[in-house]
This record gives sequence, structure tokens and C-alpha cells, in this order.
Amino acid sequence: MSIEIRHLTHRYSEGSVFSTVALDDVSLTIQDGEFIGIIGHTGSGKSTLVQHLNGLLKPSSGQILIDGQDLHGEHVNTRALRQRIGLVFQYPEYQLFEETVAKDIAFGPRNQGLSKAEIDGRVRYAMDCVHLDYDRFAEKSPFELSGGQMRRVAIAGVLAMRPSVLILDEPTAGLDPRGRDRILTMLEELHQKEHTTILMVSHSMDDMARLATRLIVMASGKVAMTGTPREVFAQQEKMLSLGLDVPAAAQLCRALREKGYDLPADLYRPEELREHILRLRQSGSEGRDPVAE
Amino acid sequence: MLNDITMGQYYPVDSPVHRLDPRIKLVDTLLFIVAVFLAQSFVGYLLLFGFLYGVTRLARVPFRMLLKGLKPLRIILILTFLLNLFFTPGEKTLVAFWGIRITLEALRQAAFYSLRLAFLVAGTSLLTLTTSPVALSDGIELLLSPLKKIHFPVHELAMMMTIALRFIPTLLEETDKIMKAQMARGADFESGNLIARAKAMVPLLVPLFVSAFRKAGDLAMAMESRCYHGGEGRTRMRVLKLTRNDGLALGAMLLLIALVVLEGVLL
Repeated sequence: MSIEIRHLTHRYSEGSVFSTVALDDVSLTIQDGEFIGIIGHTGSGKSTLVQHLNGLLKPSSGQILIDGQDLHGEHVNTRALRQRIGLVFQYPEYQLFEETVAKDIAFGPRNQGLSKAEIDGRVRYAMDCVHLDYDRFAEKSPFELSGGQMRRVAIAGVLAMRPSVLILDEPTAGLDPRGRDRILTMLEELHQKEHTTILMVSHSMDDMARLATRLIVMASGKVAMTGTPREVFAQQEKMLSLGLDVPAAAQLCRALREKGYDLPADLYRPEELREHILRLRQSGSEGRDPVAE
Repeated sequence: MLNDITMGQYYPVDSPVHRLDPRIKLVDTLLFIVAVFLAQSFVGYLLLFGFLYGVTRLARVPFRMLLKGLKPLRIILILTFLLNLFFTPGEKTLVAFWGIRITLEALRQAAFYSLRLAFLVAGTSLLTLTTSPVALSDGIELLLSPLKKIHFPVHELAMMMTIALRFIPTLLEETDKIMKAQMARGADFESGNLIARAKAMVPLLVPLFVSAFRKAGDLAMAMESRCYHGGEGRTRMRVLKLTRNDGLALGAMLLLIALVVLEGVLL
């Protein structure tokens, strides 16, 4: 399922004193099977952008084409479309409402009008995706779970609709490292095994470095940069000028280069940096030996 | 989605009206209400309209903001007008059809009653448009402070009001967010009969209540950790002082009342 955004502009509270431009002439194409990371400062328009992609917000001007079809065209069933493009909001655990975990996850499929057996299958599938044991959690109240578990239940609620595109707005915000790692592993699996197209908004450059196949950097309502993580993270000055960071490994690599070590400029993964440093140490003579300094 | 609620909304610009002491604005609003009830003729209403329009201009608030505030009341206004039109007894018949008589007195009363209602709402929304919620509850607290003598919890009441007002936009935002989140899961808030719609509210209301309680708990904790313990001995960051403009505002309002009364007596 490809998504094409053409000249999308969005103004909040149009025609009043409070009017602000949240998105300013954004054009993007998202291909099937990509894992896209959307980065940007607070208020750069990331959340507004993702809410347009399943029709929750209407563009002030411009178009969104899903498989070539205009999202706000005349004969489009928005509700059916929303089920193909799953959107997980920030802090999704605050939207849980049912008595049991299973019932809450079933809310989406139930709205799709599926049979009882099918709904049950979907619930099991979704709980499996987010690594929640069905027998242990299905009948529990979602309000007695931990924060990380609640978040996974909420994500399962969207996955149960089996969307072909999954959009997540800061899925790891406010979680401890373990909870964070769980969510990221789960997304990695979804992308690799189910070939779900994933769009993830995040502030964490390290998460992006680990998962994204392409990055979109937003700044004051516009697309400031786009490219593979390697291309984007290599432009450290530009990222800093936009008030953004680069992954820890890229920062370390830059600091080492400034000290005169012979390392490539575009390293951003911890593993590849480690390898290069080890290689430097072995060759010894070409770079400088840090121990000797 | 929920942005079109104008009643009770603050319009943040700087103007002489915005800078007035909230106590004076409260008193002025009360006096304006009195003036509305004293007006007995169309000339009186014209005076009131002129005053309201002038103050709105002075406050640099677009006049259509006031009219927008009347929009939710349109059904009540129309109903008031029609009921008075059809059911007020009178002498001079204007038109009669299907056994219903519309008299001149009825038309007059219908017009007066609906105008009165419109003026009451417009006058009070001008207060909230030009006074921030914090200033407003400050004003109320100070105006009611004599009641402390009879152990009436004025400060607590004002604090509750401030908090309630403060949380209206937050809860609206929260509602909007939860609504969108459930819509993303295929919830449908717009179609179906009354029962289906009431049922559709459950996925919205449960998370909203949970979040409201959580926020209330957090706020109580935050207040306590900053040593809040009620109004006793509490000083203010912004001490309200009456200025010359406040005197003028009060004077102008009293003049309006005098004119309205005078006009009622003379005409």
C-alpha cells in the first residue's frame, strides 16, 4: 500500500486569531514495506502529519493518495480505510476502556463487523505480536497492568485490525529501557516478518538508527531533510542547527574524527563503529594508537 | 472538532478593557444586567447596544465573537420569541390566522424578551472574553472576601473555580485525542440511533474519567508538595490596584443606568 502526499498544508483554527500553520506544502511518497522514521522538534508538525494519513484531520489544501486514490475523494469509505492504516497515538494506554484486555483488543475488529471466531483469532494474533501471553493476560483488567504492558495492549488493539500500514506516534515515550526494547523488537518483527509498512515518530535517534530504512526530518511544518539514516546522520551540523541530535554512536564517531582518527564520517550504528575502532587498533600505524597518547 | 465553543472563552489581546481590574469588570457586568432589566423601550435597548458595541470596539474584540457566543442559544432565543408572540394577550390585532391572534403587545414583548436574553449573554461573554480565568476568579475571591467573616470558604471556592476553568481546555483536548484514537480503531460517534450513540460514548467516557481522576490526583500532589494548605495567610503575586480607568469604567456604567432609567421615565 503506497501513500503519496501532495502539497499538503494544514492550518489549525482557520480564520481566527489562534490560527497557526502546522504543515506547509509537504510532499512525500511512502512505498510499500518501508520503515520510516519521522523526526523533528516539538511543534514541527509530525503529529499533525501522521493524523492526516488516516483521515482524522482534513488538509487545508493538498491531497493524500492511498494506492492512487484520494483519501478525501467522494466515494472513499474513510472507516474502512482507517482500518487498513492503523494509527497508534502518543501514550495510547490512556485510551483503554474495557473490563478485560481481550475485550479491549477486540474493540477494533468488532467495529469491523467480524465474526466471533475471527475476532478471537485476531485477539490471539495481536497479543502474540506484542508478546503478551494470552492465558495470563486476556481476562485481566487493563487497569491493573504496568505502564509498559498497558502500552502493549493498546498497540495490540490497533494490530488486531491487521493494518497494512502501521503509524506510531512516539511509541516508546516514557517507558523504561526494558519496555522500550520490547516495543522496538516487536516493531522490528512486524516489519521483517509481516512486511508491514511502518511509520514511527520518535525523538530517540538511537531507536531510529536501529530500525528505520528511511528518515524524514520535519522542521516548522516542512520536510527539512529526507534520506537513509546514513545520509541524514552524516549531516550532523544540519541536524544540530534544527535542534536535533544524532545517535550516540555518530556523536562518538565525530568526536574521534575531530581528534584525528581515521574513521568514515557516516557511521551511526554502535556495532559498525566498534568494528572500525577495532580495525584501527589492529592496523595501529595508520591511525594513531589511543593507548599510546 | 471541538474548537467552536465560544461561550466562556478568553480572547487574548491587550486593550484598556482587558487591563481593567477584574473586580470592576464583575461589578460592571452585574450593573449591565441591571440596566438590561431596567430598559423599557427600544430607545433603551439602542442605548445598551451602543454601549456594548463601544466597549467591544475598545476591547479590540471582533464583534462577531459576541454573536458567535449567541449561536448555541439560538434555539432558546427563537423559542422565547415565538412563545411570547403567540401567547401574550393584547388589544391591537396585527394578524389573525387559524384562530391565532398576533397582537402588537405580543410582538413588542416577544422582541423585548429575546433581546433581553441576547443582551444578558452578550454582556457576560464580553466579561469572559476580556478577562482571563485566573483574573476572574481572583476578582470573585476578592469581591466575596467579606463573607469570610461568617466562615464561608471563599478562597477554597475560588481555587476550585480556577482549577475547574483551567481544566476545561485540557479536558477538551483530551476528549479530542481519545475520540480520534477510538475513531482510528473504527469507532463511530456520528451515526446510529440514540441507544447506539450512547453506547458509542463508553469508549470515550471511561478513558476520560480515568484521565480526569489521574490528573486531579497529580495536581493535588503537586500542590501539596509546594506546601499549599488553603487560603490562610496566603499573599498574592499580582496585587490588584484600582486605577483611574477603573473609576471611569464604573462611572460609565452608572451613567448608562441613569440614561436608561431617565429614558424610561421621559419617554
